[in-house]
Amino acid sequence: MSALVLECRLPGMLTTVQDSGRWGYQGKGMPVAGAMDLQSFRLGNILAGNDENDAALEATVLGPTLYVADGEGIAAVTGADLGFQVNGQAAPMWTALAVKAGDTLSFSGPRSGCRAYLCFSGGIDVPVVMESRSTYTRAKVGGLEGRALKKGDRVLCGEPRPLWKKCEGLVCPRELRAVYPPDAPLRVVPGPQEDLFTEKGKETFYGSDYAVSNSADRMGYRMDGPEIEHTGAADIISDAIPLGAVQVPGHGHPIVMLADRQTTGGYTKIGVVCSVDIAALSQRLPGQKVRFVKISLDEALPLVKEEQRKRDELRRLRAIWRSTPRSPAPVSDGGPGFPTAGEAILKVDGEEHRVSWEELQEVE
Amino acid sequence: MEEKKYPRILTAGDGCVVAEFGDSIDMAINSRVAALGSAVAKLDIPGVLDAVPSYRSLAVYFDPVNTDVKRLYSRLGELCLKEDTAAGHERRRTIIVPTLYGGEWGPDMADVAAHTGFSPEEVISRHSGRDCYCYMLGFTPGFSYLGGMDPALETPRLKNPREVIPAGSVGIAAKQTGIYSIVSPGGWRLIGRTPMLIFDPNRDPAIFLEAGMWIRFRPIDKAEFDEIEAASKEGTYRPEILEEEEASS
Repeated sequence: MSALVLECRLPGMLTTVQDSGRWGYQGKGMPVAGAMDLQSFRLGNILAGNDENDAALEATVLGPTLYVADGEGIAAVTGADLGFQVNGQAAPMWTALAVKAGDTLSFSGPRSGCRAYLCFSGGIDVPVVMESRSTYTRAKVGGLEGRALKKGDRVLCGEPRPLWKKCEGLVCPRELRAVYPPDAPLRVVPGPQEDLFTEKGKETFYGSDYAVSNSADRMGYRMDGPEIEHTGAADIISDAIPLGAVQVPGHGHPIVMLADRQTTGGYTKIGVVCSVDIAALSQRLPGQKVRFVKISLDEALPLVKEEQRKRDELRRLRAIWRSTPRSPAPVSDGGPGFPTAGEAILKVDGEEHRVSWEELQEVE
Repeated sequence: MEEKKYPRILTAGDGCVVAEFGDSIDMAINSRVAALGSAVAKLDIPGVLDAVPSYRSLAVYFDPVNTDVKRLYSRLGELCLKEDTAAGHERRRTIIVPTLYGGEWGPDMADVAAHTGFSPEEVISRHSGRDCYCYMLGFTPGFSYLGGMDPALETPRLKNPREVIPAGSVGIAAKQTGIYSIVSPGGWRLIGRTPMLIFDPNRDPAIFLEAGMWIRFRPIDKAEFDEIEAASKEGTYRPEILEEEEASS
């Protein structure tokens, strides 16, 4: 048994290695990057038997074709429905699938959403740069040589975590999946420069239909729609740009700043899209409708906790799934370092019992 | 309009909060930002992920699930008002940036000389003769927003920005000077280049500059440029950083 080795036969439109981002360096001008739809990414990792922040592949609109050149492991695809296939046959998303040398993973074409996550047991093993594996293409940092996948790349996965094999067949229940209604309004917490917009400007922002423009990428989504009025100048003394910040430059069109945003900027920010709705926006495509609705910080915080609850629940279901006897599995050595899960054979009164155990995160 | 009171705490979404000290580019305000930044770093508050100093504010990023958000807000408010934070930082740190001026490394030197009426030698001595203060980093990894350039060197940006500017290029844009930390497009007038890699993701530290540092450009010749460039590529070059006690103001 060896870790998965993937060979890129077709790179797709934009397939990059991402994890939960490069935190701790924004003060030096280093953007965070990381998965655009963090919830789908994390749920995918849980299905694949990984830590939720292990590196995965983020595919965009047209997914890649990957040939499993060596090894065996679990693959789970989450996020946008880009027509996932294994060996030319439609394959289920949100499911832990066993894959091995000789298999081909591909995508027939987009059906809904924009970004899919391909999570493999062991995670994608590229060098850690500034504490993260996330690809930030503009500075050629992280991932595979700081760029998107190209044809012929060999992508190595890490050593799978304990009990990975027992994930096979685990399905994320519908109610836990990150599926975003395409017409749901994006919730916005006002600030930090809301005071630099007129009442009319704020009414326009929260009361109008916008559409994702063609200027929409990992850095930010510019919206087409009515212009938002400032009280005075649209420029401020440059300050930090939080994830989801809605910048409104002088042209009056809002731009929602996303994973690859620059760390600082000099435009007024009318509000910040809630963490949970950043994922929803990053699954929308140019031309799709966007509406913004104002909520308070106190209303926003429970939404993030609900996402965490869903991930904790999937981890709980995974533990149950993995402890349910199915076909006999080899005894794991517990993996490197301090094991967080394992399997053992206990002899009680001369009778052998197969016992698997794992540590679950605390649930509030 | 209502008068704004500083310092003030601003909500910036469900994962970020901003402490703002004023509404101008001012070293006294910026040093309070720096002091709050080091106070927050020292406290190592659970859930805090990152802190981003800028001209007049500090943005603190946190994990909303594992942070007591109300408490974080109130702690920041208290820290902003604390005496040692209000005093700003006392040690002056100056990084020496070896720079080869003119020629192919500073293709706009002639423009700057013509615009300012100085000889290239005079441009060099004025540009390297005054330390610049690094208010913040941003735009690209390691790009510094500097203040304090000799105002006589003020030259407008290029009308047609270049598509590719080599990393290390030193430029002037109106009243500002700066160093391009990575290859990027840009419209600044280029007067020289440093062979020192400001940004090298595979080095520790990946970025030599820090907000709150002073920057001193030191003119070098081609031989020294080549020497430093070779050491930088090997990852062995370490910049000279001067530390001195600053007279309390």
